[in-house]
Amino acid sequence: MSALPFSELAARIRARFPAVAERMSENRQPWLLVPAADLLAVCQLCRDDPELDFASLCDLTGWDLLRYPAQPPSDAIVVAYYLHSLRHRHHLTLKALAPRACCTLPSVSAIWPAAIAFEREVYDLLGVQFSGHPRLTRILLPEDWEGHPLRKDYAYPAAYHGVPHARAGQWFEDGPARAPAGAAPPAGGAA
Amino acid sequence: MSSDLLIENQHGERMRLSMGPQHPATHGVLRLLIDSDGEVVSRAVPDQGYLHRAIEKIGECVEWAQFVPYTDRIDYVCAMNANLAYCVAVEALLNSDPATAVRVPRRAECLRVIVAELNRISSHLIAVGAMAMDLGAYTPFLHGLAQREAVNDIFEKLCGQRLTYNYVTIGGVAFDLYPGAEQEIASFLDRFEEEFRRFNQLITNNRIFRERCAGVAPVSAEEAIAWGLVGPNLRASGVDWDIRRDEPYGIYGELGVRVPVGRGYAGARGRVGDCYDRYVVRLLEIEESVRLIREALRLLPPKADKPSDPLGGHQADVGKQLRKPPRGEVRVRTEAPRGEMGYVIVSDGGKQPYRVRCRTGSFSAVGIFEHLMRGIFLADIVTIIGSFDIVVPEIDR
Amino acid sequence: MKAAEDSIVTTAVDEFLAWGKEHSLFYLLFATACCGIELMQTGGPRYDVDRLGMIPRATPRQSDLMIVAGTITHKMASRVRTLWEQMTEPRWVVSMGSCANSGGPFSKWSYSVLNGVDKYIPVDVYIPGCPPRPEALIDGVMALRERVRRYRTLGIRDRDPYVVAGHEAPFGSHPGKEREATR
Repeated sequence: MSALPFSELAARIRARFPAVAERMSENRQPWLLVPAADLLAVCQLCRDDPELDFASLCDLTGWDLLRYPAQPPSDAIVVAYYLHSLRHRHHLTLKALAPRACCTLPSVSAIWPAAIAFEREVYDLLGVQFSGHPRLTRILLPEDWEGHPLRKDYAYPAAYHGVPHARAGQWFEDGPARAPAGAAPPAGGAA
Repeated sequence: MSSDLLIENQHGERMRLSMGPQHPATHGVLRLLIDSDGEVVSRAVPDQGYLHRAIEKIGECVEWAQFVPYTDRIDYVCAMNANLAYCVAVEALLNSDPATAVRVPRRAECLRVIVAELNRISSHLIAVGAMAMDLGAYTPFLHGLAQREAVNDIFEKLCGQRLTYNYVTIGGVAFDLYPGAEQEIASFLDRFEEEFRRFNQLITNNRIFRERCAGVAPVSAEEAIAWGLVGPNLRASGVDWDIRRDEPYGIYGELGVRVPVGRGYAGARGRVGDCYDRYVVRLLEIEESVRLIREALRLLPPKADKPSDPLGGHQADVGKQLRKPPRGEVRVRTEAPRGEMGYVIVSDGGKQPYRVRCRTGSFSAVGIFEHLMRGIFLADIVTIIGSFDIVVPEIDR
Repeated sequence: MKAAEDSIVTTAVDEFLAWGKEHSLFYLLFATACCGIELMQTGGPRYDVDRLGMIPRATPRQSDLMIVAGTITHKMASRVRTLWEQMTEPRWVVSMGSCANSGGPFSKWSYSVLNGVDKYIPVDVYIPGCPPRPEALIDGVMALRERVRRYRTLGIRDRDPYVVAGHEAPFGSHPGKEREATR
């Protein structure tokens, strides 16, 4: 029933998994970098160790490092796990890197069921594959959408199912609009 | 498109039903694919994303302060709380470096609590009213809307908008109170308490309503934590956790927030964490919000006659800080009416955020639907959706 | 269509039917986003559009009017089209709010928002605002009622969309009002 500071949380985890590294963001927020091979075991330990007792996964998200001015430059996708213990009232941030070439991480949905939806969202928007996920399909975008929009090199689509994305020069014409190039919109159509 | 067929008979026994995206009881454009055997649901899979407006991507395209109006649209039922969550997160980012630290004026902190709790009241009124409407009682919803109009009037005089306020800004609030606002809010609260009693007489103790909610889809405390439920849905399962009290931001630490939890309020047939508990916890939170507003009005420091600050004393100057914020990341959680609204903000030191992530309560509430909706009656699906108080843009963003 | 208009004698029955339709515009309870709350409040106790004969219907087959309240995304757009096709003629569409008009605040940076519902269905009345006030919605509905009154059998109807508070109509005035004044 006592909150542990980050250093003790990290020490407890690193005693079992020496490959886990302590890191600090530029504005002094501490986090643990977990290698993908250890991720499942570390998460299991975080949940089941009575001193850690991270029963709740507050958030699971990610971002693309492609444009981030990090040293050394990286093009990996970060996936961040924000853990919280309601009993001990302490927090921990874990991060794992999914390289762009082989964008796969183990799924933690068997440990925290909350991760089922979160991981689907990260897959949808960032394109990280989670191995062992019960149903890894797109959650927000349509099934036939191309690309993963939150990646920094995402190119906006020009059209979806024949409907152009741009507003200009489009109007309704007895069915989904397919405007001939260069045609003038009718009066009031693009109000 | 075969899965989109409205009714697909399978061997005459099982039926697949597509509920939504246009359905009056799904509170927007949520869609449920239901496999049912007669009246008994064997499986219901939510299909979301019909309102995915790419707000997180927009966050990477606009400047720090320009993103505030978009937070309104993440959760329009409680836009003040949504503004507040983002602004608190950006302030935390700025405060993580002493060179860019920002001090929010105390008057602005009090105003933030007042508007956030007023909006919590109006949001919960929609929640409980819409739940009653889904169960066939239209009148309480209208009573809720009437009170919501009164809150909207106050907000409209305060910031000129009825729904999407853009009121809380990074470093303070956009406008000071208009003349006579304190009396108006106080008299609204008095009037509201009376109306609220009438509302309770109308529906809360209504036997039909209670029987339809009692014991339906109970969520145990362990389940609620594991599935990531937050806010009133988590508290209804008996977990005593409120970010306003346990990780206070702003002046919530001074207010002594009292946290209602679910206890099986429905009586003999009720269970802790059932739909009725989720409903009652929201009503109790309304009462608590009324108390918090009164408390914040009492703490509100007087307005300076001639403010020495050119920004009027309700807004800190953050222009310079926002042009060059510290590099790094923060994660800040706030308590919105639908539970934790947590922002992960990554900054690369530029004028725009590098990544804005908004974690919302409705998203995880929908995550548990498939788990809950097994072996229940078809009609209970509506009760469950109503009791979790989902708002679709919060799921899809 | 012009020829049909000339060759058909409109009778009092036609006018009577139009009058009936005008005073019983049942609208589809279809709300996607923020404007949906304003739509609900317009149907609520203060603005009370029931008094105009507007009653929400849950199914498109019973409704005359579709108020597209809120953002339409690419994923949703084909469903909107389906709903519109399920409505019986004569059917009317009001595009409520900037998102339904043109994509609104999402038009520039969002990859998934349809920039204007008029790419999928024809719109009779546009109401700008984010979200529009209930008064603006009622204003648009009053303008629409004028069109419903002019509707004649065989589908003779106004084709040009009407914009609430457009440059030809100062806010608060609509063709119906002017007609009343000149009567």
